[in-house]
Amino acid sequence: MAIEVRIPTILRNYTDGAKAVEAGGATLDELIADLEARHPGLRERLVDDKGLRRFVNVYLNDEDVHFLGGLDTQVSDGDTVTVLPAVAGG
Amino acid sequence: MRFDSLLDSLGRTPLVGLPRLSPSADVRLWAKLEDRNPTGSVKDRPAFWMISKAEKDGLLTPGCTILEPTSGNTGISLAMVARLRGYKMVCVMPENTSAERTQLLKMWGAEIIPSPAAGGSNEAVRVAKGLAAEHPDWVMLYQYGNEANARSHYEATGPELIEDLPSITHFVAGLGTTGTLMGVGRFLRERVPDVAIVAAEPRYGELVYGLRNIDEGFVPELYDESVLTARYSVTSEDALRRTRELLTAEGIFAGISTGCALHAALGMAAKAVQAGERADIAFVVADGGWKYLSTGAYDGTLDEAEQRLEGQLWA
Repeated sequence: MAIEVRIPTILRNYTDGAKAVEAGGATLDELIADLEARHPGLRERLVDDKGLRRFVNVYLNDEDVHFLGGLDTQVSDGDTVTVLPAVAGG
Repeated sequence: MRFDSLLDSLGRTPLVGLPRLSPSADVRLWAKLEDRNPTGSVKDRPAFWMISKAEKDGLLTPGCTILEPTSGNTGISLAMVARLRGYKMVCVMPENTSAERTQLLKMWGAEIIPSPAAGGSNEAVRVAKGLAAEHPDWVMLYQYGNEANARSHYEATGPELIEDLPSITHFVAGLGTTGTLMGVGRFLRERVPDVAIVAAEPRYGELVYGLRNIDEGFVPELYDESVLTARYSVTSEDALRRTRELLTAEGIFAGISTGCALHAALGMAAKAVQAGERADIAFVVADGGWKYLSTGAYDGTLDEAEQRLEGQLWA
């Protein structure tokens, strides 16, 4: 139970304003379930019935989880998971 | 090399090796110097292709006004082409971009409509879409969804890379409109088995992600996840550090988004070394450092530079 999850400004109303929270699990899916237990409502902002939401990016130690296995991505103690809204560039 | 006009000199940029930053003779880094384009950035390619395509399709006729949301480089490239082809240019640009970008846009005759800093380029896109609805006679080329953007890289940047580096194993570029990665990525995947297509995405300070609603997040219509093999989020600190390393170790004076791509490229290189595999990793130098001098990116300590860059869009 020591995975740091960084929360973007826009979702901090679910974490009492905390920029980062801790949660546990063996996969991203389990981690998000644990987050939901601690901060109800958060799961729905990250995941819909098709998987991770299109306008939300989730990174495991700086790598986009879409390329690591999506919700099945393995996570372990000491990892950092960062959630960010998708932004444009150019 | 001789060309009939400036626009004819577009592309065919040098690919230079990085003998000092490459970890070994078997794992090599190569920089594609896109700052050697007419206005000094990779965006000259999509700008020229998008305008040419719109002319062919009859969307653009002399005297037309072009509208585009841009954090700078695309606008500068479009303004240059527009000036030569006789169009007016209106750019919607976030307030939190470097002073040089505004100066350059004005120099080429573009009108600038500022969009709020919070929300970054997402806001610029939103404002531009509103203006497009109000001015149906304006032509929004819309780099985020215009196939000619990716096409410019599929038809030219990709072939140039294969010609100069047939042994390429990795291609790394910044992720903005996704045009470079989609175009070069598709081209390479058709020709190079197991080629890695790696996106390096800037991670900004909180202001830039300060959207009112998570559903205001933005994914360019051009983006097709299946073209990529990995996507990394690179902090301003890492991007700045690598930008400086590129300058001190290899003499290349590049913009900050290049440091972002280099950071991911060095990560790929380290993985190849660890796996005992050979690698030829090409990455994109999207622009030179000139436009970022006023941000203080190259002065003082890394911490100071990072603080000065807080809240700024650097890609």
